[in-house]
Amino acid sequence: MNRQRLSLWWFVGTLVFALLSMLVPLPNVLEPFKPYWPALFLLYWSLESEDRVTLGLAFVIGLGADLLNGVVLGEQALRLCALVFIALRFRSRLRFFPMWQQTLAVLALLLNDRILLLIVRMLAGGMLPPASWWISPFVGAALWPFLFLLLDDLRMRLRIQ
Amino acid sequence: MARARDESSPLFAGNAAGTLRLIFYLALAMVLMVLDQRNGWLWRLRYGAAAVVEPVYRLAGLPAASVRTLSVAFADRQRLTEQNQRLREDLLLANAKLNRMSAVAEQNQHLKELLDTQHSLELNVQLAHVIDVDLGAYRYRLTLNLGARDGVKPGQPVIDAHGVMGQIKEVLPTTSVVMLVTDPAHAVPVVIERSGLRTVAYGSRDGGQLTLPNIPLAADVRVGDRLLTSGLGGRFPSGFPVGEITAVAPAVTGMFLMAQARPAADIDRSEDVLLLHDQAEPDGPPAPVKPMGPPRDLAPPAAEAPITPASKAGALPAATQLPTPATSGGVPR
Repeated sequence: MNRQRLSLWWFVGTLVFALLSMLVPLPNVLEPFKPYWPALFLLYWSLESEDRVTLGLAFVIGLGADLLNGVVLGEQALRLCALVFIALRFRSRLRFFPMWQQTLAVLALLLNDRILLLIVRMLAGGMLPPASWWISPFVGAALWPFLFLLLDDLRMRLRIQ
Repeated sequence: MARARDESSPLFAGNAAGTLRLIFYLALAMVLMVLDQRNGWLWRLRYGAAAVVEPVYRLAGLPAASVRTLSVAFADRQRLTEQNQRLREDLLLANAKLNRMSAVAEQNQHLKELLDTQHSLELNVQLAHVIDVDLGAYRYRLTLNLGARDGVKPGQPVIDAHGVMGQIKEVLPTTSVVMLVTDPAHAVPVVIERSGLRTVAYGSRDGGQLTLPNIPLAADVRVGDRLLTSGLGGRFPSGFPVGEITAVAPAVTGMFLMAQARPAADIDRSEDVLLLHDQAEPDGPPAPVKPMGPPRDLAPPAAEAPITPASKAGALPAATQLPTPATSGGVPR
């Protein structure tokens, strides 16, 4: 019982941490390199414990991110829903990919996410972002193996599932 | 949580159901986006959630604040003394200027009093601190540590020591969001200091710049001209520096000149900003004077009671009809 509660707290804590790190400001030069943390953490959890991550959860997290970020309500909810849906659909395959293939898959997912965001912004009447805007998915994919191993290791150490 | 486990093996788990759910959520998100875009729901919701959101902002701003504190703590003595020296000189200079300015201000005050205007030269301002929070991919906004509780209102101009930074866009109970002048959706009515030409400075799409897309071809505009707020439009008081023109070229259409300007304010670096409290005169002609009827004490007292049930359309005939017996009785003229 206690173990279960701990694992739930760990799950919620990582997601909250993802939202917080999305808000942390970086120096102007580093700004385009900031990965989309909520997507990475949600991806990890959708691969590792699929019964916890549902589309509804992705939607709620997205709404929370929208609230914190001050963008149009529903924008990130839409993006995260699409991301989690694809991840859950190919979960059994993604899980058994070797790490480099998994990283490529994550890159594809993050790029797809950016394209979705671009479409939403265009529909809302925004303008084309600068080229540096496309760096973030690559950084996210490059961080993926480390994030995955770190979270997995921590999970093992805490002996939670 | 247990619901997903009830379904069959994860390899083929609810294909149709999953897609349906995805479509449902996507549609929900779209509806939310459209509704939010139309009526600005998000901000009302945010206002309600501010009790939760605001500490999160502080928490997210902590790393940046601690880095700044550390850089001060570990700054070497040499640099601090240098900085101190420079600040001392600056202070001296500023004080000297201030003394002169106060004399000029006094003189100006005097002249204005002579002209019988009510404007005072003193600025009614409030110091605000910028909270370091990254509000999304487009960095045209700032968060301040003052909110509705401190009397901040949407539309208030925000300036720093060098010029106009932007205006308050949204107000939460203890924080507020500033829309910068470099935001592509922002426009400031400006006047070119040298020639007096009036135009509008928009935020630029490539960030950190201002564009003036519609200057008449024959206008006298040069690189290095300073832009001041013109006070038109009723948002920004007149006479604050906005920027300096860096490039002038004919627009693609060939109908106008297009100028680029660098904002005068330190938009990237400001940590403390000033909120102006006295806004410019409201735009448009003065409010129409309410038509004056005859004094109230002339009205017959009996006429008031029967009017109340009358509808708006019926109010006029009722008002004209009812007093007739009263006037004939009350005022014998």
